[in-house]
Amino acid sequence: MGKRNWGIFLGTLVIIAVFPWLVKPVKAISHYLDVMVFAGIFSLVSIGLSMLMGYAGQVSLAQAAFFGIGAYTSGILTSRLGFNPWAAMPVGILASMLVAWLLGIPALRLKGHYLAMATLGFGVIVTIILNEEVQWTGGPSGMGDIPSLSVAGVKVTSEMGYYYVVWSMVFLALLFCFHVLHSRVGRALRAIHEEEMAAEAMGVPTARFKIQVFVLGAAFAALAGSLYTHYVTFLNPASFNLMWSIRFLLMVMVGGMQSLWGALLGTVLMTFVGNEWLHVFAEFEILVYGAILLVVALLLPKGLVSLISLGGSPRKVRVPLTDGSS
Amino acid sequence: MGDMLQYSVSGLTVGVIYALVAIGYNVIYNVTEIINFAQGEFVMLGGLCAVFLVGTLHLPISVAFFASILAVGVIGFMMERFVIRQARDVTVLSLIIITIAISILLKGTAMFCWGKDPYSLPPFSPGGPILIGGAAIQRQAFWVVGVSALVVICLTAFFRRSIYGKAMLACADNPNAARMAGIPVRQMVLLSFVLSGAVGAAAGVIITPISLMEYDRGAMLGLKGFGAAVLGGLGQFHGALVAGALLGLAESFCAGYLSSGYKDAVALVLLLLALFFKPEGLFGSKEAAGLKKF
Amino acid sequence: MTETKNEPPPKILELHDVCMQFGGITALKGLSYIVPPGIIQAVIGPNGAGKTTLFHCITGIHQPTSGRVYFQGVEIGGKLPHQIAAAGISRTFQHVALFKSMSVLENIMVGRHCRTHSGFWATGLRFAGMRSEEKGIRTSALSHLEFVGLSDLAHQQAGTLPLGKQKMLEIARALATDPRLILLDEPAGGLNMRETEELGELIQRICHGGITVMLVEHDMNLVMDISDQVLVLHYGEFLAAGTPREIKNRQEVIEAYLGEQ
Repeated sequence: MGKRNWGIFLGTLVIIAVFPWLVKPVKAISHYLDVMVFAGIFSLVSIGLSMLMGYAGQVSLAQAAFFGIGAYTSGILTSRLGFNPWAAMPVGILASMLVAWLLGIPALRLKGHYLAMATLGFGVIVTIILNEEVQWTGGPSGMGDIPSLSVAGVKVTSEMGYYYVVWSMVFLALLFCFHVLHSRVGRALRAIHEEEMAAEAMGVPTARFKIQVFVLGAAFAALAGSLYTHYVTFLNPASFNLMWSIRFLLMVMVGGMQSLWGALLGTVLMTFVGNEWLHVFAEFEILVYGAILLVVALLLPKGLVSLISLGGSPRKVRVPLTDGSS
Repeated sequence: MGDMLQYSVSGLTVGVIYALVAIGYNVIYNVTEIINFAQGEFVMLGGLCAVFLVGTLHLPISVAFFASILAVGVIGFMMERFVIRQARDVTVLSLIIITIAISILLKGTAMFCWGKDPYSLPPFSPGGPILIGGAAIQRQAFWVVGVSALVVICLTAFFRRSIYGKAMLACADNPNAARMAGIPVRQMVLLSFVLSGAVGAAAGVIITPISLMEYDRGAMLGLKGFGAAVLGGLGQFHGALVAGALLGLAESFCAGYLSSGYKDAVALVLLLLALFFKPEGLFGSKEAAGLKKF
Repeated sequence: MTETKNEPPPKILELHDVCMQFGGITALKGLSYIVPPGIIQAVIGPNGAGKTTLFHCITGIHQPTSGRVYFQGVEIGGKLPHQIAAAGISRTFQHVALFKSMSVLENIMVGRHCRTHSGFWATGLRFAGMRSEEKGIRTSALSHLEFVGLSDLAHQQAGTLPLGKQKMLEIARALATDPRLILLDEPAGGLNMRETEELGELIQRICHGGITVMLVEHDMNLVMDISDQVLVLHYGEFLAAGTPREIKNRQEVIEAYLGEQ
């Protein structure tokens, strides 16, 4: 991991660590803490999505579904079957990874539009299941009475406590991903993105790696889902639908796809935008989202980080349209 | 027996709509190899436009039908001219996101104009349902099948006989060769979006008297229509018809005999199965599918 | 080079009645040929002769419609490209398929992929084995970089290199997989005379290291200069084979090329 990256890592760590102390005293912005908890939770999803989309070059419109699988598994196991939240979390993650693996094997043979539609279709199927299996999920009216997390025997119910739990996970996830990216695996992923045929010719098992990144993304999303569940203690299928998958896509795109920091930046930004400034539009929030998505896709496809030049030449984010053979 | 006939009829009726949506995808795909994620919104807008023209302006349904087709055709025009065209030389991913963004914008605009309530249209011809073999078939169902058949016949003739149609097909195969042969590729792309909008709108108008229309129906219709498109073989009009009918029937039988809550999932599962195991569809060819860039 | 290989295996590549059909087009028709080990084997023929298709069949990008391909006595038809790379066949591409946004050194490091094995867990959690493996990858890549003479460009972005150096880099990357057989697809395409000479010299050095080289090339001077054996294809069929001198004067070969013009 480069020196510059370490610098950004530590800098961000410090900012995140002191953030609560900065906003709590100021009445007008003290609720920002709550917003940042959500930003942290969503960041876990976007980090996984960034690995998949920005680095491996695959598209997924199913992240909200994996978010939901993690959330509902945690919710059901803890509220209906009395599991300890920390025990339920890995179950949710494993369930999500299994589903992602089963879906990924056939789906990741597809490319571009087909892959997008396959993940989209899968995501909608999950939403339908969450709405229909009322006995388990409570259906559209939702599911409540979910216990909160406890750390070392102490219930984490305060915003600040949860904030630190969530953001610790985010930084651990970032560390894991940076290690992967600055290694043989990371190079292989970027190779797959740039010239899949050449990567394969150099011995990279492209199909296997695509599936593994997909599973990784699902794992992170599920972890985020569990954290979400125990924070809001009430679940509703509408929080895990297609619009949410598109929101996660937007978070990664706005920040910059081939940059984990970009994903983080985009997520924090879009979470604040969504929570704070789109209230004005109430239900027409989706219009604004659509507009932002369009503007970003047309004008700033490489996201905000491409505006912040920290040295180094810009990266091309190109999904190969053909298999490269002439 | 009466039950099965009933389900078959409603299944075919909705299946024909899916086929029209699939044809909308095929028209654009045949010319540009773009998958238009906003296709379902064209249907929704067609229906709601007609609702406005008939319900508020009190125009006769025939006028409303053609006016809606025209209006959504214009929307297709604007979509290509002012958005898609600006995105030349972008990645497949960007195109996907752009058409998704447009679908969100169209949905939001519809919500702004019509709110969230479902709306209805009076059936094209008055009168109660017709009883055949123990099943009560709504008169509108005949309109649905009839108008759709007309649309397919017109489109097929257009692509096979008309110089514009053949030019459009040439563009998909080899845009550079088409350009060198003097075909204005840009105009053909534009035309494909207009046609696609028109076809979608037609579907929307004819189905609204039966199943109503609201602002957020686009996504489901678009997805299921895409399922029919893939199942029938992307680009194959007749395949779209057969696949649409199959999907509609499957969905209807599921709703009738198994579980109505899961009926939406049927088409989606079939879509996934088609994508995973037979992406060239029932009527496409493997080589042609392999040559296409996705 | 990591080690000198002075004992090439007895039989390196055998094509047995290989056919390749795409829909209505037959790109290869019943091609049978044996490549002797340790030589530079050129494959020439007019455009459309099936040369790149042949490379794709050998490396697993296409599965031959019929016929068999044997590498070191083992059948490789049906294997995936990454498996064939691990088995010891590497290649370059006609259109220089470098990972353009990665650095020169990183490109070569990807070549080491099939000789290393740390996965997501090992790299994510930075196990000790992974760290030493990473060092090994870097050392090996640097030595291959030096072999092709690009050491001073190690950290430059691959896409910014001039074409001649890109071609060298692609060869270095292919060499990093420790192949026994390397396939070069039109390596001299777009190079000037000096660059072509350097390329020829590099290819000969590769061969002296014990690696068999197969070379699809249009530059006849290069082919005649450095090849030990030449295989001529025409419309996907075997036309002629022999030493460069033998091939040069063969009537069928001359006609095939003249016919194309």
